Amino acid sequence: MAETMERLLPRDGDGGTKMTNNVVEAKNLSLTFQTNDGPVHALSEIDLTIEEGDFVSFIGPSGCGKTTLLRVIADLEQPTGGSITVNGVSPHQARLNRAYGYVFQAAALYPWRTIAKNVALPLEIMGLPASEQQQRISKNLDLVNLSGFEKKYPWQLSGGMQQRASIARALAVEPDLLLMDEPFGALDEIVRDHLNEQLLQLWAKTNKTVVFVTHSIPEAVFLSSKIVVLCPRPGRIYDVIESNLPRDRSLDIRETSEFLEIAHRVREGLKAGHAYDD
Amino acid sequence: MSSLSDRRVRFDTASLLAAGVILCVVVALATTAFLPDRYVFNTPSLAIQFGFLAILGVRYSLGFAHNMAGDIALGIVSVTSAWLLIAVAHSYPGDATTGFWALVVALWLSFWLFVERLAAWSLPNPTLARLVNLAIPVLFGATFLILWELGVTGAGVPRVLLPAPSEIWIRLTTSVPTLWADFQQTFLKAVLIGYAIGCGSAFVVAILVDRVPFLRRGLLPIGNLVSALPIIGVAPIMVMWFGFDWPSKAAVVIIMTFFPMLVNTVSGLAETDAMQRDLMRTYASNYWQTLFKLRLPMAMPFIFNALKINSTLALIGAIVAEFFGTPIVGMGFRISTEVGRMNVDMVWAEIAVAALAGSLFYGFVALLERAVTFWHPSMRAKM
Repeated sequence: MAETMERLLPRDGDGGTKMTNNVVEAKNLSLTFQTNDGPVHALSEIDLTIEEGDFVSFIGPSGCGKTTLLRVIADLEQPTGGSITVNGVSPHQARLNRAYGYVFQAAALYPWRTIAKNVALPLEIMGLPASEQQQRISKNLDLVNLSGFEKKYPWQLSGGMQQRASIARALAVEPDLLLMDEPFGALDEIVRDHLNEQLLQLWAKTNKTVVFVTHSIPEAVFLSSKIVVLCPRPGRIYDVIESNLPRDRSLDIRETSEFLEIAHRVREGLKAGHAYDD
Repeated sequence: MSSLSDRRVRFDTASLLAAGVILCVVVALATTAFLPDRYVFNTPSLAIQFGFLAILGVRYSLGFAHNMAGDIALGIVSVTSAWLLIAVAHSYPGDATTGFWALVVALWLSFWLFVERLAAWSLPNPTLARLVNLAIPVLFGATFLILWELGVTGAGVPRVLLPAPSEIWIRLTTSVPTLWADFQQTFLKAVLIGYAIGCGSAFVVAILVDRVPFLRRGLLPIGNLVSALPIIGVAPIMVMWFGFDWPSKAAVVIIMTFFPMLVNTVSGLAETDAMQRDLMRTYASNYWQTLFKLRLPMAMPFIFNALKINSTLALIGAIVAEFFGTPIVGMGFRISTEVGRMNVDMVWAEIAVAALAGSLFYGFVALLERAVTFWHPSMRAKM
């Protein structure tokens, strides 16, 4: 554990070259919500570095601050202490630069827009020319295997297809960073497995940096190159596990001993961090 | 046990109606139809016609003609019977007795039976099916008018109390220029212009109220107050301010339509959920982009609710406002003066025009709503 924590801390020695590759850098980050029942420490002393091309999962029980941390990266929440940079600038500036694509727990597609027009939504806001929009729509719908559904309305598609459309919408912005907040949480396990595989292929194809929030251990281990275990009260990082599984993996890998070893370590981390306490 | 259940007679509405038709026709043939002593068979065509109706009823009760051809025959006989009965009733106004009323009931039951049978039709052709679906409310309305006509002429109700539909129709067709002038004055000017200004300004104010918090606290209570003002009190003041012609009526319409539109639009704009707003935030969308791409579409079901409510409110407002000073034209003016002159048929003709115009206006807004909010769960089922 000491090793991994050390890895996370910024290394001043080779920082000059390394800094540019760090997509997210948080130092001593904290966030306290003021509620009627007193302050709630959602995040406390978070030190985290996410490098370019990483697939990082935040795992932990409800209330551990994993979604809050993702929202801080996305500038949807404001930290109350410490510092954080996204692509070397503040999260606010990164959001204005449209540096990331965000996939929510629900698809959040607009029912009055067709699938193609939903994917076009961020492109319209960015003010891209129509031809460019059209090209990005077809490319990204193709990437999530939704070609041919352009003219359908969201409510005519299944939950899994809706979520895929929302991923296409996030990708259409062509961000280097993809933030995903339990995107498959509402789907059944069969669909979820399938989408996990597709997501991995997408990651391999596009070489984007992905930050993925989940509360499923198999999902986190299967997808990630780095697993961040968070614990509640106050929300903090308990362990960071580097996965040595090959980048190119299939669902079968879940039966290998390496996979189970990592999953075991995640579970131990959750246990030691009192994640299973009431 | 089995014999018991076999002997149980099964009553359904249709066979009860058929039995009712037969019974009424039998009663009608046995009693006097009109004072002093005129029987149904003194009018052979009527007797024959209702004989047919009874025969169809008997056939239905015996289990024959439970098919489309039988239903169509029933429809044709019912309609011709109605026509004949109305023609005969006009020859003896106010003299109707038991036999006549029995025929009226028989006619009513036969129409009911016809609609009942028609509603059960299942047509493979969608155009025909839609036509039949349309025919049912039309038949319903026609039955109502026929019974009104027969009731009023048979019982000899004074015209001042309730004119027959035929008299209203005659008045309607002979006074087209007057009615058109009134329609132009009240509907095309006061209602439409007032509605457009009232709804339009309320929409703009709603967006302002939504954007500026202190306006919400200041303007909404004032809007509430204005909506509570009695139209009876406001109308004469508007006449003093804006003169006798249509602008004062349009002003009343604006006051009546403003608040429903304001309140509905404000709550519609608040309809977005946190995730949708966050989504727009991640795109660094500005206020106007979020307004046009997310919040206004979300508000549309609310806005159309207000537009529909206002379509009827506007007409009521304009007509009532004309009671308080107006040039010698307008639907409200006509109603108030013709009532004074005991020309109740003209009043009814104006009411018919107002009802038709109001329904068409509402229907138009509802159609527009369906086109705009097709995506809303309440509309999807109708697609």
